Amino acid sequence: MSNRSLSSVLKLSILSAVLAFTSNVYADPVKAAFVYIGPTGDHGWTFAHDQGAKYVKEQMGDDVIITTVESVEENSDSERVITSLARKNDIIFTTSFGYMNPTIKVAKRYPDVKFEHATGYMLEDNVAVYSARFYEGRHVIGKIAGRMTETNVIGYIASFPIPEVIRGINSAYLAAKSVNPDIEIKIVWVYSWYDPGKEADAANALIAQGADILMQHTDSTAPMTVAEEKGIYAFGQASDMREWGKNAQLTGIIDDWGPYYLERVQAVADGTWTSTDVFHGVDSGMVKFAPMNNSMPFEVRNEASKAIIDLTMGAIHPFTGPINKQDGSPWLAEGETPPNYPDLLTMDFYVEGIEAKYPN
Amino acid sequence: MNESLFISIIIGISIASVPLIFAAIGELLVERSGVLNLGVEGMMIVGALLGFVVMSHTGNPYLAVLSAMLGGMAIASIFAFLTQFLLTNQVATGLALTLFGLGFAAFAGRGYTEETIQLITAVPIPYLSDIPYLGPLLFSFNPLVYLAFFMVYLVWWFLFKTKQGLILRAIGDNHDAAHAIGHNVVRYRVMAILFGGAMAGIGGAFLSLVQVPIWGEGMTAGRGWIALGLVVFASWQPFRIIFGAILFGGITILQIHAQGLNINVSAQYLSMLPYLATIIILVSLRMRLKNKTNRTVPNCLGRIFHSTT
Repeated sequence: MSNRSLSSVLKLSILSAVLAFTSNVYADPVKAAFVYIGPTGDHGWTFAHDQGAKYVKEQMGDDVIITTVESVEENSDSERVITSLARKNDIIFTTSFGYMNPTIKVAKRYPDVKFEHATGYMLEDNVAVYSARFYEGRHVIGKIAGRMTETNVIGYIASFPIPEVIRGINSAYLAAKSVNPDIEIKIVWVYSWYDPGKEADAANALIAQGADILMQHTDSTAPMTVAEEKGIYAFGQASDMREWGKNAQLTGIIDDWGPYYLERVQAVADGTWTSTDVFHGVDSGMVKFAPMNNSMPFEVRNEASKAIIDLTMGAIHPFTGPINKQDGSPWLAEGETPPNYPDLLTMDFYVEGIEAKYPN
Repeated sequence: MNESLFISIIIGISIASVPLIFAAIGELLVERSGVLNLGVEGMMIVGALLGFVVMSHTGNPYLAVLSAMLGGMAIASIFAFLTQFLLTNQVATGLALTLFGLGFAAFAGRGYTEETIQLITAVPIPYLSDIPYLGPLLFSFNPLVYLAFFMVYLVWWFLFKTKQGLILRAIGDNHDAAHAIGHNVVRYRVMAILFGGAMAGIGGAFLSLVQVPIWGEGMTAGRGWIALGLVVFASWQPFRIIFGAILFGGITILQIHAQGLNINVSAQYLSMLPYLATIIILVSLRMRLKNKTNRTVPNCLGRIFHSTT
């Protein structure tokens, strides 16, 4: 009796040893997590990041386990979420500017976990930053807006005064001004990334004040629906918003994060991940465009397409001197283009010609 | 400032205030009956979702608004059951209701973020809306805007001009006494809670049916909490809700317009104003309560009623 039980114990231990061995041979799937500022159904910023996460899953299949957390506010809540994700994941993408400090804090406590912070500028050994040159997209829609407006007023619905948003405003304004010297840009800050009601209020206010083209740097489709209803033009933000503005959407700036996410998650799987500082634009396909509206005259379309090609080839830079700051002080000299850091990544001023007061 | 800009500001203010009027007037009646329901935000978002879903399937605005009301009532009935029959804590239950409503609507509305509907548009009243100046200002709004004002009147009339209204206020002030003279405290309160749910439901639906033709998770964006503040701001007087809602909504719209017109105002300071006013009113109410001259705060607000007989 005792012999038999001994042998069964032996068998069990051998079995478990074999099991332990095999699970070592077959590598565990990479665990990647994404923290989102809004709901994935916003059809804007968060939607685009979520499409990227889905792309990674599609490409890597069982080799990756993806966790996403949506609507995480940019306060101490985000630190809690990032911390709890850090306990169980190999790589974490924090996809909003306001997650910068929490990401750095948590990263210091979890040196073995890789972090990727979107649109920020603080690097650590285990924190990479990545962003897209959306201002290149804004350059293209700025040119279109400058040509298509009849009232010469562009309405701009902005979220928070952070460098990313300021770059977009300056770039769109300079491009519009380059094709239409009479252009005026009206800017409304709604101090929210996602509040359809307030975004619609802002859109209506801008239209009442004479804007006949809307640009938005908020995440919902509400401004597009207002533009459609009022029969004016607008541009999709972060994803193709044609569904909400069949006549209104001239084109849209589309964020394509998928290939980058795949590359980074794969790097963790291969053990080749290093902290990098990525700032890709139209050239790498991180910034794309929605199909152009048929109502655009041929010349305007042509000009826009040419701008896209020039950006892809690196032949033009949306910020090419001479450019002065709003107060008239010089920023870029003739022919000069700004470096990523600090000029672009910490931009905190309007360029000359914008009449709105810089928000404090 | 030209005329059309002025009218657009007025319309903007009406659109920003009406969801607040609906939600607040419902909550006012609830609080008058002595119940504190902090679930306004949750009831609003469910109303916003149901209104949108029914509109997208049937295209019938009446059905959509009705469903939003029913949706708000359905959620409110959970609160009524828990607090009135199981005697749970009203503050905790209300908070849970908000969290539940937000989560439920986000989950149930997954498939509707891709859609858009036909907005319920303004219907200018024939002839009257043609009057110069007054026409566009008074007679060219969305039908739901008029309904909001009418509901405020209706609640005032009910509370102060009917016997049932008097009983409801008595229950809110002293539920034991009201019970002792034979009034059914629980029945009145359940009805009030359901009415509050229906109003919050329309308030939410106003966002997704009138303001923007989209459904989005969390699209009420804190308006339920503002409505709760508004009830205090109005010191439980129905008509002051209109004044407060126009102030709360008006500040939002005016600061947006001020930005576009390059008028130098600080958005942050302006957005603080309504809340600052609410705090000041709360303090002054408290002072009046000390002097025993206060007759507005329902005495039994938030207290659990347990009949021993």
